[in-house]
Amino acid sequence: MIGQNVPRTDGLAKVVGTARYIDDVPPLEGELWGVTVRSPVARGVLTKIELDPSFDWSDVTVATADDLEDPKLNPGGVNLVALIEEDQPVLAKRELRHMYEPIVLLACADRDKAERARAAVKLHIDPLPPVLSIDDALAKKHVVWGKDNVLKRYRIRRGDVDAALKDCDLVLTGTYRTHHQEQMYIEPQGVIARWFQGADGAEQLKVLGSLQCPYYVHKALKKAFALKDDHAHVEQTVTGGGFGGKEEYPSLVALHASLLSKKSGKPVRMIYGRKEDIEATTKRHPSQCTVTIGCKKDGTFVAVKVDCAMDGGAYVTLTPVVLSRGALHACGAYKFQHNAVDAVAVATSTPPNGAFRGFGAPQTIWAIERHVDAVARALGRDPEDLRRQNLFEEGDVTATGQVLSVSVGGRPCLEAATRAADWKARRANIERFNERLAREGKRVRRGLGISTFMHGGGFTGSGERRLKGKVAVDLEPGGRLRVRSASTDIGQGTETVFRQIAASASGVRIEDIAVEVPCTTNVPDSGPTVASRTVMVVGSIVAKAAAEIAERVREESKPGESFAEAGDRLLRRVGGTVSSLQQYEPPVTVAFDEETYTGDAYPCFSWMCDVAEVEVDLDTFETRVVKWWSATDVGRAIHPVLCAGQVEGGTLQAIGWALHEDLVWRPDGSIANARMTNYIVPTAVDAPPFETILVEVPFPHGPGGAKGVGELPMDGGAPAIASAIEHALAELKLPTDRALLPDLPLLPERVFERVMKETA
Amino acid sequence: MLELDVNGKKVNVDASPLARLLDVLRGPLGLTGTKEGCGEGECGSCTVLVDGVPMNACLVLVGQVEGKSVLTVEGLAVDGALPEHLNHLQRTFIDHGGAQCGICTPGMLVSAEALLRNVPKPSDDQIREAIAGNICRCTGYQRIVDAIRHAAELRGRDQ
Repeated sequence: MIGQNVPRTDGLAKVVGTARYIDDVPPLEGELWGVTVRSPVARGVLTKIELDPSFDWSDVTVATADDLEDPKLNPGGVNLVALIEEDQPVLAKRELRHMYEPIVLLACADRDKAERARAAVKLHIDPLPPVLSIDDALAKKHVVWGKDNVLKRYRIRRGDVDAALKDCDLVLTGTYRTHHQEQMYIEPQGVIARWFQGADGAEQLKVLGSLQCPYYVHKALKKAFALKDDHAHVEQTVTGGGFGGKEEYPSLVALHASLLSKKSGKPVRMIYGRKEDIEATTKRHPSQCTVTIGCKKDGTFVAVKVDCAMDGGAYVTLTPVVLSRGALHACGAYKFQHNAVDAVAVATSTPPNGAFRGFGAPQTIWAIERHVDAVARALGRDPEDLRRQNLFEEGDVTATGQVLSVSVGGRPCLEAATRAADWKARRANIERFNERLAREGKRVRRGLGISTFMHGGGFTGSGERRLKGKVAVDLEPGGRLRVRSASTDIGQGTETVFRQIAASASGVRIEDIAVEVPCTTNVPDSGPTVASRTVMVVGSIVAKAAAEIAERVREESKPGESFAEAGDRLLRRVGGTVSSLQQYEPPVTVAFDEETYTGDAYPCFSWMCDVAEVEVDLDTFETRVVKWWSATDVGRAIHPVLCAGQVEGGTLQAIGWALHEDLVWRPDGSIANARMTNYIVPTAVDAPPFETILVEVPFPHGPGGAKGVGELPMDGGAPAIASAIEHALAELKLPTDRALLPDLPLLPERVFERVMKETA
Repeated sequence: MLELDVNGKKVNVDASPLARLLDVLRGPLGLTGTKEGCGEGECGSCTVLVDGVPMNACLVLVGQVEGKSVLTVEGLAVDGALPEHLNHLQRTFIDHGGAQCGICTPGMLVSAEALLRNVPKPSDDQIREAIAGNICRCTGYQRIVDAIRHAAELRGRDQ
C-alpha cells in the first residue's frame, strides 16, 4: 500500500460537490449570523462603546469583554485566548493593541441586519502612536510590549566565530529582508457554535469549523468558558486550505461565536468575508537578517554569523516557536565549523503574525541562500558548484551540535535536480542565448538559479516528547479498522495516507479501513496538524496501533479462519470494544537543551534542491518563471501523487511570496489591499511547469521510512528565483560584494529600483 | 417566482431577481457544491456555466439567467454521485491529484468542462489560460493541467 497512488479518500465528494465545508452545513434551527466590530486604530485606549439609539437592537445580540467576565453569564470564565502565553484577550476591553482587534460581537437572524448593525456601534477611542516596523520596535520608538518590545530571544553558539573569521580569506556580510504573506486559503475562516444541555444537566458547547487543530480550539474554549474536558466538543468540517492560517486563529473565531451563542441561547454561524479574513487574521512574520560568512580561498565555508529579527505583531501567539524554527534553520544546509545565531522577535502594532507553512524557516533560508549566492559571486564561482562543495553530508554537525546521522539526502537532491535541469549546459546555453538577444536588440533575458535547503520534521527539540501524541485504532465488525486521530485533512491527504499506513501495518485491505472525523469527543489528542509532523510522527503511531490490533486478531485466529471471522469472534469474546491506543515515542537521540540550544533540534531533516529558470524584461523588470525543476528527499513517498502535490503547491506559494504577493500597509496600520483583486496570488498562467523528483533516503523511525514534506517546499523557492534573476541580469555589471536583490518581494518596481541604484 | 433551468432541470424558485445567482444556488436550491471564496469575481470558486459560458455566480443576478441554462458541479456527473457516474474530468482530477483541499475544485471542473466543449484537444497553454480565472492555493496547478489534458484524451477516445 505504501508507495501506491490510491484514489484519495475524499476525492469523490470533492469532485461531485457533496464535500461539506463549514458554510455548506444547513442552517440550524434558530441560527444567528455573527459579525465582529473591530478596532479602527492600530493603538489606543477604548473609553466607551455606544450603540446608536436610533437603530433597532431588539433582535440583535451584543457581546463585549464584560460578558466574558460576567460571573452570571460565564462563571469561572476569563477573557483570554489560551495558547503559549495568556496575553491575548478574546475581546479588547480597554487597551487596543492592533488595527482590526475585535471589540464587540453582534448576532442577528437577519444576516443583512447584522452587517448593518456593525455600522451602528460607535467606539470612543483615544488613539496612541503605533509601532509598525521591526526597526521602530527595536529602537523603542514607542514601547508597546514589556520594557523593550522584545517578545523572545534565542542564542545559538558553536565554536568561536569571531576568532575563526579573522583567519578566513573572504569575510562577507549582507542584510536581507522579507515581508508579510497572507495564507489565502480559498475557504475563509468559519465556525458554527451552539450550547446544549448535556446528559448530566450541565451546559455543553459544540463547535464545528474550518480548522487544523481541534485540540487547540478545545483548550481555548475550556479556558475562556471554564468548561470541563468533556463539556467542549470541537469538530473539524472539510477544510478548504489552511497552510498554518487555521492553526491558531480558529480559536478566536470559535470563542467569538461561542460567546454570542451563550449570550443569545441560539446557534451562531460566523463566516469571515475575504476582506475581513485578510485584514484580521495571522500572516507570515516579516524578518530582517544580517549574515556574515567566512570562507577559504577555495570556497570552503568556515564560519557563519546570523543576526535575525522577526516582527511578531501585537500579541505573543506562536511567535516564540516561529522564531525558534527560524533560528534553527538560519545557517542553512551547509558545513561550518563555527556558528553564531542571535534571534529576536519584537512586538509591533499590527495583527499578530502567526503560523504559515515554513514557520520562520523561509525567512532565514531566504537570507542564507541569498548570501551564499553573494559569496559565490565574490569568489567568481558558480552558485551550484559552491553549494555542492559545502552541502551537509552524513556525519556532519549542525549549529546546535546535532550530528546528521540518518536520512541525509541533500546531495542526492542536488544531483537529481541539477541533472534534470542539465545545470551546467543550460546555464551556458542561456548565457549564449542572452548574448544573442542583446545583439538582436531584444529586451528580455533568461536566467537560471538554484537553492539547496533542509527542513526539520516534527516539533523542535523535546516538543514531541512533551506533546505525547496519541492515536487509537479500533477493530470493527467484519474485520474492519477505524483510525481515530486529531490530525486533520486540510487538503494534503491525511485521510488517504493514514489509511495506506494502517493497511500496510495491519495487512487489512485499504477498503476496510476508515478514518474517524476529527472531533475532540471521539479522537485522542494526536497533537496539532502542523510542523510537517502528520505523516512522520502521527503516521508512525497509526502504524503502531494498526499493527497491534492486527496482531491481536491473528492471535485469536483459528486455522482456516479469515481475518474478519477472527475479528468478529474477538469482538464477541471481549463483549465490547477492541481498540489500541498508542502514544508517540520519539527516537532516542541527544536530548535537546532548551537553555543552551544545543543537541538534536529535530529527529531528522527533509532536503530539497530547487532550480528555477526565469525570463526578465529589461524595460519593465517583470519576471516570468519559465520552468521549475526540484528534487525533494521525503524519506519515502507514501502516496507519490499527493506528495508531489505538496511539493508543487508549496513551491508556488514561495513563487507567489517572491514575485506577486505584497501586503500594503498604510501609515495608520491598516491594510490597503485586503482583497483578492489587489493582493495577487499566482494563477495557472503565472505558475511554471513543474518537473518534480522525489528522492527517498529513508528515515528509520517514520512509517515506511517517510519524513515530513508539508513545509519544506515553501523554504527555497524565493531564493532560487532571486538567484535566477541575478543570472539574467549579469550583463548589467552588478556589484561583486553584495546581492543585487537582498529584499522580498521581487516586484518589478523593486527590481527596477535596485538595478537603478546598483548600476548608477 | 422565477423559472430557472439548472443542470438540465426546470426549477421554480421564490427569489428576488436581484439576488446573486450564487445565493440562490446555495440557498433555496441547496446546490452547495458551488463555493464562495471572495465575493468579487476573483477566485473563481463560484464558477458556473451559463449557456455554456463560465461565469462567476457571485457577480451574476439570478434574474439574468432566466431562460438560460445553468450548469453547476452537481450537473457534471451522469445521474448520480457514484464513481461510475463521474465524467472524465472528475475522474482525472481524482487520479492525477487535481483536487487537494477541494474548495476550488467545483469551479475548476466547470471551467475545464467549458474548455473541452470548445477545444477538444487543448494545449497546456490553452488549459492554463482557460483556468486562469480559478485560483487554487494548494496544487501549484501542474496536476490540474495534467488532469484536464488526460480528460481531453479520454473524451477524444469516446467520440
